[in-house]
Amino acid sequence: MAASARPIAPAASLTSGGAPAVTVRVTINGSPVTAEVEPRTLLVHFLREVVGLTGTHIGCDTSNCGACTVHLDGKPVKSCTVLAVQANGREVRTVEGLEVGGKLSPVQQAFFEEHGLQCGFCTPGMMMTATALLAKNSNPTDAEVRDAIRGNLCRCTGYVNIVKAIQLAGKKMQSAAPAGGSP
Amino acid sequence: MIPPPFEYYAPHSVDEAVALLRRFDGEAKVLAGGHSLIPLMKLRLAQPTALVDINRIPNLAYIREEGNHLRIGATTRTNDLLESALIRKSYPILTDAAQEIADPLVRNLGTVGGNVCHGDPGNDLPACMLALGAEVVAVGEKGSRTLPVSDFYKDTFVTSLEPTELLVEVRIPKARPHQGSAYHKIEKRAGDFAMAGAAANLVLDASGKVESAGIALTNVGPTAILASAAGGSLVGQAPDEAHLAHAASLARDAAQPNGDLRGPVEYKRAMAAVLARRVLDRAVARAQGGA
Repeated sequence: MAASARPIAPAASLTSGGAPAVTVRVTINGSPVTAEVEPRTLLVHFLREVVGLTGTHIGCDTSNCGACTVHLDGKPVKSCTVLAVQANGREVRTVEGLEVGGKLSPVQQAFFEEHGLQCGFCTPGMMMTATALLAKNSNPTDAEVRDAIRGNLCRCTGYVNIVKAIQLAGKKMQSAAPAGGSP
Repeated sequence: MIPPPFEYYAPHSVDEAVALLRRFDGEAKVLAGGHSLIPLMKLRLAQPTALVDINRIPNLAYIREEGNHLRIGATTRTNDLLESALIRKSYPILTDAAQEIADPLVRNLGTVGGNVCHGDPGNDLPACMLALGAEVVAVGEKGSRTLPVSDFYKDTFVTSLEPTELLVEVRIPKARPHQGSAYHKIEKRAGDFAMAGAAANLVLDASGKVESAGIALTNVGPTAILASAAGGSLVGQAPDEAHLAHAASLARDAAQPNGDLRGPVEYKRAMAAVLARRVLDRAVARAQGGA
């Protein structure tokens, strides 16, 4: 999981005929990455296949389910519906970038403690959306959490524990805030 | 799914973007938020030769009142509408709509310009813009022109915009005292396109009667529909039970739905009336100074 700590290098080039390749320079979990890709390369494929960060999942591939949620300049977006080249010059944060120094983030820890997952497939996207929500509002109501995760589907329908986990994470962040904890 | 190959351009000015659109003469598509276009490309329903990404053009995302208009820049995100205090206070119909567009993740990228000019009858902002009497500003090789949205939607995915033109701004008449507006839709599942939706915008005169009214519908026809007779029926009348009920029934008559997986024709027609009435009630309450 400590991807931000290990050097990230393009493992493969995704150019294979078609349109001329474009150079994408993007900061992923704090590390700069440069790669040549086809313009049609989706950000989620770039992350998984070029950079090798497979924590971001491909679920529906039709911008419905949110399993592919990552932060683009701090805002959660569905990376199956963003071109890698659109992220050029910008900052991307993936689930691998949540933990700090080998320690789970409050959101990760709370999902663990509240059992905020069943099969775990939606979990990376859920945690990215939760992290963005809590950065703006660390004490969300049940309704606010449910509204924030409208774009993240859990096919196990384990929403009750997901909501509990997100609210617990908010509490953890509030109590950790004076010590300088980051979401 | 991976879109078919295309050439990618990221111009830094409107003129550069228009020159690219002209160079590809209808074979290029404008990429804004991409949340309609990229899915269409993945499904091979759209196969443009080139994409002109307008996200790198500076000063194309803004919400401001200027002169007699509220001006919204093309790449303003749906979420920017939702977070705007000005919109919430004076143009609440757009807050209502933004809250009901897709989901928060999509709203972080989806744009106002894209929603207005994509031409999908399921887009929510076209009905709002019709009810508000908005105009769009388009820039092409011959310069800039302003088009009323009432004459903008020609057919599903067809607008008056030329393929070599770029929508740069949406202009809405500046809000007046005693104006109220509202939008609401019903969806079959969270984040889906509307089964039906309705928009209402009313201005009341000093005596409390309706001075002007715009009522429009989402996803009950080939395009968003301006229910002119419904709006016209309210002008000069008190916004009371009888007149609002009559206007809602005229809105139902304006609907031209097809039966599909989102519902049968009769249900969608009935919902056009129900939703028109709900948004009219809310618009009246807002115009009278309530919520």
